[in-house]
Amino acid sequence: MEQQIIKVKNKKGVKVIPGFGLSLGITFFMLSALILIPLVSIFISASQLSFQEFVNVITSRQIVSGYVVSLSCAFFAALINAVFGLMLAWVLVRYNFPGKRLADGLIELPFALPTAVAGISLTYLYSDKGWIGSLFGKAGIKIAYTRIGITLAMIFVGIPFVVRAVQPVLEKLDRQYEEAAMMLGASRTYTFFRVVLPELFPALLAGFGLAFARGIGEYGSVVFIAGNLPYKTQIAPLLIISKLEQYKYADATAIALVLLLISFLLMLFINSLQIYMQKFIGT
Amino acid sequence: MKQRKMCVHLYVSLIVLLSVIVSGCGKASDTASDKNENIELLNVSYDPTREFYAAYNELFCKYWKEKSGKDVTITQSHGGSGSQARSVIEGNEADVVTLALAHDITAIEESGMIDRGWLSEFDGNSSPYTSTIVFLVRKGNEKNIHDWNDLVKDGVEVITPNPKTSGGACWNFLAAWAYQQAQDGADEELTKAFMKNLYQNVLVLDTGARGATNTFVENGQGDVLIAWENEAYLSIKEYPDDYEIITPSISILAQPSVAIVDSNVEEHGTRETAEAYLEYLYSDEAQRLAGNHYYRPSKENILKEFSEQFDLNMNLVTIEDFGGWDEAYRIYFDDGAIFDQIYED
Repeated sequence: MEQQIIKVKNKKGVKVIPGFGLSLGITFFMLSALILIPLVSIFISASQLSFQEFVNVITSRQIVSGYVVSLSCAFFAALINAVFGLMLAWVLVRYNFPGKRLADGLIELPFALPTAVAGISLTYLYSDKGWIGSLFGKAGIKIAYTRIGITLAMIFVGIPFVVRAVQPVLEKLDRQYEEAAMMLGASRTYTFFRVVLPELFPALLAGFGLAFARGIGEYGSVVFIAGNLPYKTQIAPLLIISKLEQYKYADATAIALVLLLISFLLMLFINSLQIYMQKFIGT
Repeated sequence: MKQRKMCVHLYVSLIVLLSVIVSGCGKASDTASDKNENIELLNVSYDPTREFYAAYNELFCKYWKEKSGKDVTITQSHGGSGSQARSVIEGNEADVVTLALAHDITAIEESGMIDRGWLSEFDGNSSPYTSTIVFLVRKGNEKNIHDWNDLVKDGVEVITPNPKTSGGACWNFLAAWAYQQAQDGADEELTKAFMKNLYQNVLVLDTGARGATNTFVENGQGDVLIAWENEAYLSIKEYPDDYEIITPSISILAQPSVAIVDSNVEEHGTRETAEAYLEYLYSDEAQRLAGNHYYRPSKENILKEFSEQFDLNMNLVTIEDFGGWDEAYRIYFDDGAIFDQIYED
């Protein structure tokens, strides 16, 4: 008996960190307490509405315009982040320059900074009386209190997702591929688009998805810079707050549920796309 | 054997969890047994009262020590009036609430935590101090703003918070409404058109009164801020050379209400102190303190002492003229009501 156990142990190998049972227990506890139960409570709370009421809430003009504002701004923010995030990651991985460590650390600042602080300082800088906003103001471009401002705040909170998703893949990417492409006579653009980018694309897509989802739900920084005018610059999370202020919990969760579904579908789509693409790359 | 190990782990996690819960309970019962020596009160209030209650708490602690010989520690909590009310409903252990409008306290009453009839428990509809809605403009008043009808002129940029997310903004909306009703002979369609023009001039619709003040003062947006009188005075005090206050001909008597949260004081055994805390707001000293913090004292004789500071000749309507808060919300602020209508094309 004793021997058998030892055999089994040896077969499975000794784990460096013990306690599979304990850690699995904690994992499930945390997942349920922090994610699953609150998520289920959204469904329960929204189910207080009849189907007709639910449809009425989420299709009312103001709410729909809120979704449009949140989704379109988050999409453009994620797109811009994908382009510039890739560039940032590229520079941070491929080049050495003084202050590189500092720049690398700065990328994470949007994670650490309270979003309200970010919102207030962005508004201060980009309003038509602010340092940067006044320069654009001369050119007739208003940033704060328009959808451009909303997009700007979403770019700010989303950029680390793209950089941190692309960076590790880029670090592992063998430079021999590029060299081989060059040797075979590929131009620089050809090398980038046909050799490097396909390798990075899944990671870039994941970063894009995270930044997009984060933008859809972003409240703290956006409310300060948005202007919050109905049908113009009112984001969906603000409409949730405004329903809560009227003590309409079920309505608020109905709006939240739709946001949740959109985010979920988005993630599902991006993940399946990623898996599909991985087949061709062969890691 | 492996299974047993799993069980042990499970027990360990359970014990850890339980001990956390038990220690939480232990803490709660400790404070309950302390009630005779050091009383703790939690005052849940709204944003602009922060400075006033900080001063008032000192005053009250001294008074209560003299009167009952007991020490009392008062904790203040501030935020948007509506979200503060929600936090109390959801379990914030407030002994007293001092909010921006009666409607928010009614919401707590409806959850069963405050007994019915709280509005008449203290003098003046349980409003120890009042305020009103005024305009804050930039020094020199270049756009020549003197009354509500100046706000709808072309090129005037207005800053006011959103009534859907801010209690204070409801007062702003109703004050403008009352003005135009007086001009139009109470024609609703004309007044609605006026409000539509007014809100088309609104540049930023912040979520709260403090946010709107920030947009106007710190970010330099807009020509005029529709503000609580006390907030306007605070801005003037901070930047005396940059702003001036304009009092419109008609405004609204904003009555921030106070109430005891009955179910919580029963549980904490703090009813006596909580009642004294709110009652003492009506004392001459506290009334003067409110006046010094730019709230209008509700006692006439003290208010007269501040006749230099406040424009006492303003024509002030009250929420009763709108049929009370429930009615006002139904007509103006609910989904699809007048405020939503004026934003529809």
